[in-house]
Amino acid sequence: MTEPTIYELSQPDRKGFQFPKADVPTTTVPADFVREELQLPELSELDVIRHFTNISKLNYSIDGGYYPLGSCTMKYNPKINEEAARLSGLANTHPLQPIETVQGNLYIMYQLQEWLQEISGFYRVSLTPAAGAHGELVGAMIIKKFHLVNNDEKRVKILIPDSAHGTNPATSSMSGFEVKSLPSDERGNVDLELLKAECDETLAGLMLTNPNTLGLFDENVVDVIQMVHEAGGLVYGDGANLNALLGILRPGDVGFDIMHFNLHKTFSTPHGGGGPGSGPVGVSEALAEYLPGPIVTIIEEGDDDNPPFFGFYYPENSIGRMKAFYGHFGVLVRAFTYIAMHGPEGMRDIAEKAVLNANYLMKKVQDDYPLPYDRTCMHEFVVEGHLPDAPDVHALDISKRLMDYGFHPPTNYFPLIVPEALMIEPTETESKQTLDAFAKALKAIAKEAREQPDLLHNAPFSTPVRRCDEVKAARDLVLCCWIPEE
Amino acid sequence: MFTPHTPQEIEEMLKVIGVDSVEDLFAKVPEKYRFPDLDLPEAMTEMEIAQELNEISSANATTDDFISFLGAGAYRHYIPAAVDMILRRGEFYTAYTPYQPEVSQGTLQAIFEFQSLMTELTGMDVSNASHYDGATAAAEAANLAYHFFRGKRKKILVSRSVNPQYRETIRTYMQGLENVKVLGDDINDEKLSELEAFLAQIDNDTALVVVQYPDFFGRIIDYTKLVEIAHTQGALVAFAFNPTALGILKPPGEFDADIAVGDGQPLGIPLSFGGPYLGIFTIKDKFVRKLAGRLVGETVDTEGKRAYVLTLTAREQHIRREKSTSNICTNQGLMALAATVYLSVLGKNGFKQVSNLCYQKAHYAAEQISALEGFELAFPDQAFFHEFVIKTPQPVNEINLHLQDHWFLGGYDLAHDYPELENHMLIAVTEMISKQDIDDFVAVLAEVTND
Repeated sequence: MTEPTIYELSQPDRKGFQFPKADVPTTTVPADFVREELQLPELSELDVIRHFTNISKLNYSIDGGYYPLGSCTMKYNPKINEEAARLSGLANTHPLQPIETVQGNLYIMYQLQEWLQEISGFYRVSLTPAAGAHGELVGAMIIKKFHLVNNDEKRVKILIPDSAHGTNPATSSMSGFEVKSLPSDERGNVDLELLKAECDETLAGLMLTNPNTLGLFDENVVDVIQMVHEAGGLVYGDGANLNALLGILRPGDVGFDIMHFNLHKTFSTPHGGGGPGSGPVGVSEALAEYLPGPIVTIIEEGDDDNPPFFGFYYPENSIGRMKAFYGHFGVLVRAFTYIAMHGPEGMRDIAEKAVLNANYLMKKVQDDYPLPYDRTCMHEFVVEGHLPDAPDVHALDISKRLMDYGFHPPTNYFPLIVPEALMIEPTETESKQTLDAFAKALKAIAKEAREQPDLLHNAPFSTPVRRCDEVKAARDLVLCCWIPEE
Repeated sequence: MFTPHTPQEIEEMLKVIGVDSVEDLFAKVPEKYRFPDLDLPEAMTEMEIAQELNEISSANATTDDFISFLGAGAYRHYIPAAVDMILRRGEFYTAYTPYQPEVSQGTLQAIFEFQSLMTELTGMDVSNASHYDGATAAAEAANLAYHFFRGKRKKILVSRSVNPQYRETIRTYMQGLENVKVLGDDINDEKLSELEAFLAQIDNDTALVVVQYPDFFGRIIDYTKLVEIAHTQGALVAFAFNPTALGILKPPGEFDADIAVGDGQPLGIPLSFGGPYLGIFTIKDKFVRKLAGRLVGETVDTEGKRAYVLTLTAREQHIRREKSTSNICTNQGLMALAATVYLSVLGKNGFKQVSNLCYQKAHYAAEQISALEGFELAFPDQAFFHEFVIKTPQPVNEINLHLQDHWFLGGYDLAHDYPELENHMLIAVTEMISKQDIDDFVAVLAEVTND
């Protein structure tokens, strides 16, 4: 059954929530500005709760099932994180309160900065960016400003491997760079010869995801970074895949100059059906002066009896403010809680189990699905969702059929360099039983693909809605619901 | 901590993979850098971190402890219990971005309803699924205008009475674009109320004019003439609005705004020290293909059943890569849900009530404070919503320290951003403040001048 919209449920003159009556003498709004009409729904509280409860049930979620979504790190979201962010002592603080009244908040932010620096090997972290793409934008702006300050304005070219996330080229062009795509070699690494040819005086930087979106650790990473540095460029690390590196390798140690973190991936803060995320950025010492502010610092050192006194500062050559206030504080609290619960061994355990799960699952499915790069993978791997003996069946069909087996599909058609890609990231919080069940489903689907391809073409059958007409959605644009006239 | 593997399972899995140990899986990681010792504190249990967080949070004093007159871009409002109950549903907050519509109808329908509520609230035609906050939404408006004119118009004119943090963010976003000038907010207009100097800057090189409504000082300004002039010059106009005000005030759409952006924090989202909030972004129909961010549209499934999908995705980064209108990917899905539930629970009646309560209480407060000796309204003839500027007899920071001793959070010190507004305090009053609170506040302010 289709759930009506809030406007369809609305009944004229039904009263719901009530505020207290005004306890002050009242005055009238100037006639020129009075609003004539505002058609909001009229519902009881029960109407509202039932409506949103009903539509929530139409969603797949981590709490309900397994999400093997490559590059998205859909790990379990610990419930204590949610309690932490809602503590009234944190959630009810105003961002412009005097700093002496919010030392608890600043302590959390300072610790998180320090911990992220330690985990990544970067010199300084700014917590302000609101999401991964926002952090990337910071990175591109820092590259731009660095060259500008060094009177090196001819550096206009950003190199991006062809396996990169779409946000990388979008970010670069948004920052006014020319984007040059860099093909990968046959092992899925950055092609050193091609890179060498691009290392000229116009090179501003390279955006590199490592492990890359094929789930492979770039075997040439040290050489790649050295080459770009020697040519005068900077290396930006896309931190989307940091989960594979916790306690394994610190990107700052191998020479990355800048990297963003995705707290909503690596550090277990929830995805929220598409945000809020959080995308702090770490940089090397040479770039610390360009970071966006405000950043938390110790204004007065503490001693045995007194804690340090925290405040904000703005880096000297900062690219500027990226948003209002200081970042997604509520998300930062969740990540703080998560890191505190892991410690050094726990961090490494995350990466080890994520990589163990991925390699195990890769072995379990590679007999049925072509594996374009047969190497030990990191936290994810890519197979082709296109079987030699089922030519009419595509990655999309396999993805949709997985829903009938109770699973969320993997990321599909990405990375673009693998035809019909299915990109699978198990994450460390899934059990062997879940992985076995998922592998079994994929095997069964491969069999169906050969024997009853139409079953896959028409899948899914058991979801709240079947395949949706996306062409109609774009052609007949309906972007808001029917709203009754007043 | 949250890994479920038993020792026996690990053995079995390694055997399937064909390696002896987990460490063998990392052979490609350069040995020199492999397995660094991380200097992090030892792991805490849930019980320990829960206690620790309680302790940390008690080092704060909150807007529950103080009676707060702070606003300036973030507002303390009552949040009905129903809002967080819905947000806590794992089906919503542990879901991914709804790229697979068959298993994401809950999120998609909620965003569709959000888009509907936002267009109704603003009087605009189309709303996207959200931006990070009001400041980045304003910056994306500049981005849209720049691309709409294909980079041919170079001026982004921003009024000085737009939130200073929004202005800074617009500048940051624009710095990478060739020859774009962000102007207007350096016009030192003594009264900050005469639009004349600002209007004179609007010309045929202007891509976008940005104003705030009510403005940063809480004033309700009639922008009819400004919009006319801008449109005559072919420029676009963006309003940065406060959503609560639109419960009783004429919406940006009725001023013929091209773009209306705002921060949705007042719609059921906690203060949370500045975030996560909610960027609202609405436009006229004709800009829909230049719109950044996600959009949900209605369609049907193969059986003809109504369904919702992400649409016009050809604009976005994962398809167009370097040719996309913006790099935005993750946005504020859950915060948009909060605003949707908030407006649904309050409904037509409740939302008008809260808007009106803010207006009335702010006016009572303004009258009482300005009656004090030494305090006066900075813009006495100007209509305002729930914030107003008071000229104070002493520096604002001194007054605020005194107020703090009496458990009041005074208003925002405008000298931070406006050198010409030393001794000027921006006071916000919402429905959370009672008449008694205002009377007590006035009494403490009176002490200040008597000291």
